[in-house]
Amino acid sequence: MASNRRDGMHHAHNLIICEHCDSVYQKRKLLRGQVADCTVCGAVLERHQWIGVEGQFALIIAALIVFVIANVSPIVTLKLSGMAETTTLWGAVIAMWTDGAQLVAALTALTLFFFPLSQLVIFCWVLWFARDGRRAPGFAQAMTALVRVKPWSMIEVFMLGTLVAVVKAHTYFDVVPGPGIWAFGFLTVLITVFSSHDARHLWDITGEAKA
Amino acid sequence: MNTPPRAQELGMMSCHVCRLVTAYSEDPHAHCPRCHSALHVRKQGSIARSWALLLAAAMFYIPANVFPIMRTQSLSSKDDNTILSGIFELWRAGSPGLAVIVFTASIVVPMLKFIIMTTLLVSVQRSSGLVSKQRARLYRFVELIGYWSMLDVFVVAILSALVHFQILSRVEPLPGVVYFGVVVVLTMLSAMSFDPRLIWDNRKSQ
Repeated sequence: MASNRRDGMHHAHNLIICEHCDSVYQKRKLLRGQVADCTVCGAVLERHQWIGVEGQFALIIAALIVFVIANVSPIVTLKLSGMAETTTLWGAVIAMWTDGAQLVAALTALTLFFFPLSQLVIFCWVLWFARDGRRAPGFAQAMTALVRVKPWSMIEVFMLGTLVAVVKAHTYFDVVPGPGIWAFGFLTVLITVFSSHDARHLWDITGEAKA
Repeated sequence: MNTPPRAQELGMMSCHVCRLVTAYSEDPHAHCPRCHSALHVRKQGSIARSWALLLAAAMFYIPANVFPIMRTQSLSSKDDNTILSGIFELWRAGSPGLAVIVFTASIVVPMLKFIIMTTLLVSVQRSSGLVSKQRARLYRFVELIGYWSMLDVFVVAILSALVHFQILSRVEPLPGVVYFGVVVVLTMLSAMSFDPRLIWDNRKSQ
């Protein structure tokens, strides 16, 4: 009780509560590479945020560029007796839609395009302002959206799926990988780097906007 | 090492969205002062929601495995594959290593999710105090592996888009893949609805 009343406010910034078991800890400063684990349930409490805001912003810009490339360039080309067929991510979505699997088409478009894109754009928006320690307009909504969208972005799974599809198709056709597959691969790496980062950190390092 | 106190004992709660620590509030319509999300001590209707979504997923899992997910058509043959038969074919004709990956993603992962979620829900409802730490670990495992089951769905999507050589050769999605996609989404929602804090609440024995 003492610590959350001390400043006369009803919240305590020096405490952290384990999201998995509700144990309360005093926040500690983490060193590079350190991860604080909950001693009760073993879940990760907090990780050291090893990329600064500027670095994150740069990564997001890179990810946005790679995302565009991944979506406009062909992923793979198949060849069969002089004919060639190529596809992009949207080609896959449209194929599912026209072949009677509209639900899957929608799911594919959401998890591989709309959710990852909104994640990148929102992140870019809040980071742009966070560089000067400011909170972007709509910061609270943006941060909430980031938390909600995160589990539904599935670029990594798509990358593996492409690999499986290539091997399956290779039995009957000549398969030529396109630039899209490299872009998706690179995007997977960038997303993995990012997922070790907790966006909610931005709450602590930014202040209310002052006009 | 002494155990840290739990938020409820200290009259605190934390926002499930932005993690801000606030004083405990009885008000069911309380909002986080920082991010304005609804504040509650535990996820609402966690057990009922989680059960409902899990049972729905289990029901959809049957047609997902019985119905073929993909049709491969060529001049001479027409071949419908279910999830399992597709894995066998990949094992024989393509790469056994990838077949193992697909088998893990499409068969092992969903099965594990059903088993683990059921175990967690039953143990929480019986206020079990046994192996809480291990159960907490199981929950984190389910959260981590959940979305990899989408693998087969994406494989069918890419092949359907690629293999489009008029009458010579075609791949089409079949209803099984839709059911399977629904299973993945439902199991993910079920895991998200479950509140792991319940594992540590009202334990009978410590």
